[in-house]
Amino acid sequence: MSMFPVRAAFELGIAVYLTGACASIASWQKPALARYICCGTALTGASLEALAVVFGILQGSPVHWSVSSGVPLFAYSFSCDALGGFFNLTLAILVIAVAIYSFGYLKEFEGKRNIGVFGFLFHLLLVSLTITFTAANAFLFLIGWEVMALAAYGLVAFYHEQRESRQAGLLYIIMAHADVGCLLLGFAVLIQGSGSAEFASFHAAAAHLSSGRQSAAFVLFFLGFGIKAGVIPFHIWLPAAHPVAPSNISALLSGIVIKTGIYGMARIFLDSLGGVPSWAGLLVLIVGLISAVLGVLYALMEHDLKRLLAYHSIENVGIILMGLGAALIFRVAGHPLLAGVALIAAMFHTLNHAIFKCLLFLGAGSVLHSTGTRNMEEMGGLIRPMPVTAFCFLIGAIAISGLPPLNGFVSEWLTYQSLLAGFGVTGSLTRILFPLAGAMLALTGALAAACFVKAFAITFLALPRGTKASHAHEAPRSMLVGMGILTGACVTLGLGVTWFLPVFNAMTDQLLGQRVVANLITGSGLVLSAGTPRSGTVSTAIIGAGLLILLLPATLLVSIGVRRFGRKSGPVWDCGLPGLSEENEYTATAFSKALRMIFSVLYKPRREIQTVFDVSPYFPKEIHFESEIEPTFEKRLYAPLQEFIFRFSTRMRTIQAGSIHAYLAYIFVTLVLLLWFGVRK
Amino acid sequence: MIEVLINSGLQLMLLLLVAPLLSGIIKTLKARLQTRRGPGVLQSYRDIFKLLRKGMVVPETASWIFSAAPYVVFCTATLVGLMIPMTTTHAPLSLFGGVLAVIGLLALGRFFLALGGLDTGSSFGGLGSSREMTISAIAEPAMMLAIFTVALGANSTNLSEMAKIAVTQSWRFLAPSQMLAFAALFIVLIAETGRIPVDNPATHLELTMIHEAMVLEYSGPYLALIEWGSSIKQLVLMTLLVNTFFPFGLSSDWTLRTVGVGLAVYLAKMILLACMVVLVETANAKLRLFRVPELLMVAFILGALALISTFLF
Repeated sequence: MSMFPVRAAFELGIAVYLTGACASIASWQKPALARYICCGTALTGASLEALAVVFGILQGSPVHWSVSSGVPLFAYSFSCDALGGFFNLTLAILVIAVAIYSFGYLKEFEGKRNIGVFGFLFHLLLVSLTITFTAANAFLFLIGWEVMALAAYGLVAFYHEQRESRQAGLLYIIMAHADVGCLLLGFAVLIQGSGSAEFASFHAAAAHLSSGRQSAAFVLFFLGFGIKAGVIPFHIWLPAAHPVAPSNISALLSGIVIKTGIYGMARIFLDSLGGVPSWAGLLVLIVGLISAVLGVLYALMEHDLKRLLAYHSIENVGIILMGLGAALIFRVAGHPLLAGVALIAAMFHTLNHAIFKCLLFLGAGSVLHSTGTRNMEEMGGLIRPMPVTAFCFLIGAIAISGLPPLNGFVSEWLTYQSLLAGFGVTGSLTRILFPLAGAMLALTGALAAACFVKAFAITFLALPRGTKASHAHEAPRSMLVGMGILTGACVTLGLGVTWFLPVFNAMTDQLLGQRVVANLITGSGLVLSAGTPRSGTVSTAIIGAGLLILLLPATLLVSIGVRRFGRKSGPVWDCGLPGLSEENEYTATAFSKALRMIFSVLYKPRREIQTVFDVSPYFPKEIHFESEIEPTFEKRLYAPLQEFIFRFSTRMRTIQAGSIHAYLAYIFVTLVLLLWFGVRK
Repeated sequence: MIEVLINSGLQLMLLLLVAPLLSGIIKTLKARLQTRRGPGVLQSYRDIFKLLRKGMVVPETASWIFSAAPYVVFCTATLVGLMIPMTTTHAPLSLFGGVLAVIGLLALGRFFLALGGLDTGSSFGGLGSSREMTISAIAEPAMMLAIFTVALGANSTNLSEMAKIAVTQSWRFLAPSQMLAFAALFIVLIAETGRIPVDNPATHLELTMIHEAMVLEYSGPYLALIEWGSSIKQLVLMTLLVNTFFPFGLSSDWTLRTVGVGLAVYLAKMILLACMVVLVETANAKLRLFRVPELLMVAFILGALALISTFLF
C-alpha cells in the first residue's frame, strides 16, 4: 500500500473548514445558501479529517510536521499520533452526524437568525478542535484552546436576546478563562524545565523536574483540564451552557468539547509528564468517583431535558476519569498491561459517551424543535408522532445506562474489570478503594438507568401532557439520518467491540509502551476478556444473538395465545372513576420523589404547598405547589467566591483614583520592580 | 460447540421447569407456616398455563414499548439463567458473560418493565416503576460489593471460574468474609425478588405494592411471560447465592452419577434457601418504603466489612 498523504488530507480538511467559515459569513444574506454551505463544508471537512486519521492510525507511525514561525518558542507544529488521532476520529464521526442533522435543523433559523454567523462560529469551533487535538506546540495548543472557547461562547450565547443565554455564555467564558489561566501556568512550569514549547521536548525534561514542580504542574493541569471537562466542583458551567445553545451545538459541546479536557489530561499526564505520582492517580480516581455519583444524582432531579443530559455528561466524565485514574496508578505501580486495560476503558468510554450523548442531545433537539419546550413535564406521548426520534433516543438511553449489549456496557465493563484488578496490585490501604469505587460505579449505573427511565418515559410515553406535545410532529428526514448514524454506531460499537478494539493498540503502544489488545480478545475473536488469564469474559455479540434466539419461543407462545384467544385494546384501569386523563399521569417530579427523599441530605429539598378552598379543605379550588432543591455548589462555593471577588474589587477601586499622575507613578514603580527582578537574575 | 448447545438446552429446560416450581414451593411453605393449606406447589404452573390461554387486553394509551417489555423481561432472565452454574460447574454460556453481564441483563429487563409500567399512563404503573428503580438503584452497590468479595477470592468475574475455585475449598464459607458477603447478598436477594420486608408479592394495595403496580395493566400471555420471567429471575438470584457460597455437589464432569447427585443436591439446597426466605417473610412485617434504604444500607455495610475482612483474615 502506498503511503496515504495524511498531512495533505489533514491540511485540506482544515482548509475546507476555513473556507466554510468564510463562505458562510459571506452568504449571510441568502439563508438557504448559507445553510447548504455550512453543512456541506462541515461534512466534507470532517470526512477528510476522518480519512486522514484512519489512514494515519492504519499506517502505524505518527505523522509529525513543523513550520517555524519566527516567534521564539512558537512554531506551527502538528502531530497526528494515536492519541490525538483517536480524538480527531471521535470529532469527525460526531461532525458528520451533526452536519447531516443540521441540514434540517437549521431550516427553522431561516429568516429568523443569521445562519452565516452561525456557520462561521461553527466552523471556527471545528477548526480549533482539530488543531487542539493535533497541536504539538504548547502555544499552538493554547491558541486552538482559546479559539475553541471563544467560538463556543459565541454559540452558547447564540440566542443572545434571551437573558438566560447571555448569562450562561458569561459563566462559560469566565470558567473557560479560569482554565486557560491554569494551563498557561502549567505550561510555564514545563517550558521552564525544557527550554522549548514543543510537546516532544517535555517528556525528557519532565524526568528532571523536581518533585515539587512536577506536583505543581500536575495540579495546574488537573485544574485547567478539569474545568473544561466539567468535573465536580467545576461543573457549574455545563448545566448552564449546554441547554441554552442550539441543540446541534449542545451535542458537540457535550460530545467533544468537554472531552478536550480528557484529551489534555491523557496527553500531559501520560505522555508529557510521563506518569504522575500515585497520589495524583488516586486524586483523579476519587474526583472521578465524586463527579460520577453527584452528576447522576443531580441529573435525577432535573426535568429540563437538556439540563438533565448535561448533568449526565458530568457523570460520564467521572466514569472516564475513574478509568484514567486507575491507568495512572497502575503505571506508577509498574503494571503496564493493567494500565493499558484501564486506559482503553477510559478512552473507549470517551468515544462511547461522545456518540450516545451526541445522539441524545440531537434527539432532545428534535423534541425541542417539534414541541418548542425543554420541560419534560409538558411532554408525553411523543412516541406516536415521532417514532424514529423515540427509537433513536431509546437506544441512546439504553447505551448511556450501561446496559448490555450496547457500547456503554462494554466500556463500563472494562472499567469494572480494571478496578477489580486494582485490588490485587496496590498497597493495603488504597486497595480497598478500588472495590468501593466499583460499588459506586454500580450505584451510578443503576441511578442512570432510573434517570433514563424517567427521561424516556415522561418524554415519549403515555399521554401528551399539554397542547405542545399533542401537536408534535416528526423531525425532517435529514435530522433522522443524523441520529440514525449515531444509533447505528451505538449498536455496532456494542456488538462488534472485538473488531474495533485493535484501534487502541497504537495508543497504548505510544503512551505505555505496550500493545495490550491481543490480551483482551479470545474465543475466536468474539469474546472480550479483561486481559489476565482466568479473569472475566463477556461477549456482547453472543448476548445479542442469545436474546434474539430466546425471543423466538417467547414470540411463538404469545402469538399462539393471541391467535386463539384474541387481543383487544381497552381503557386503562381508572379505579372506577371514569375519565382518566393526562393529569393523572406520573410526572418527572413524582418519579424522582423517592430518591429525593432518600438523598435529602444532599438535595435539601424545599417545598411549599398552598391550598385555596371555599368550604372544606378536602375540596380545594386550586393548589399551588412549589418544590426546589438546593444548588449546593452554587450556593456554598461560588456565591461566597463571587462575593469575595466583588468585595476585593471594591477595595481595589481606591487605587484607581482616576488621576493620571497616580497611573504614571504605578507604571514607574512597576518598571523599577521589573528591572530589579531582571538584574537580580 | 455441540457440547455448549446440549448443555444450554438441558439447562434451559431446567430453568423453565424449576422456576415456577420454586415459586410454588415458597407459596406453599409460607401458607403452611401461617397454618393455611395453601394452593399447592403446582399452582404457579397452573397460573402460567391459564394466563397463556386467556385473551389479552392492551391499554389504548400504550405504545410498542408496553408490548416489548414482557419479551425483554423473559429473554434477559432466561439468558442470565444460562450464564450461571446450576447443577454443574460448567455454566453453558459462562464464557460469554460473567457476573457483570448477569447484573446488566437483569437491569435491562427491569429497565423495560419500568418503561412498560409508565407507558400506560396509569398512576399505578408510574408509582411501581419509580419505586422499583429507586430500590434497585440502592441495592446495586451492596450487591456489587458482596459479589466483588467473592470475585476477588476467585480472581475472576466469570461464574464458572468462581464455582470451580469454590468447589475446591468446600469449607470456605466459614470464613468471616464469606459469611458477611452471604448476609449482604441475602438482603439484596430479598429486595431484588420483591419479597417481604421490601415488597409484598401478594398485595394489590397501592400504598405497598412495587412489582405488582408495574405489571397491573398486563394480562394474558404478556402477563404469563412476565410472571414466568420473574420466577426465573428469582431462581437465578437464589442459585447465584447458593452456588457461590455453598458449592457442594456441583458436578464437574459429565458422568450420570455426578450429574444426578448434582441435580439432587441442587434441589435440596434451593428448598433450604426457600425455607430461609419463607422464614424471613413470615417473621417480618413489610417495611415502610422509606425504611427500605436503611435495610439496604445494612447490606452495603455488611458487604464493605466482608471486603475488608478478606485481607484481614
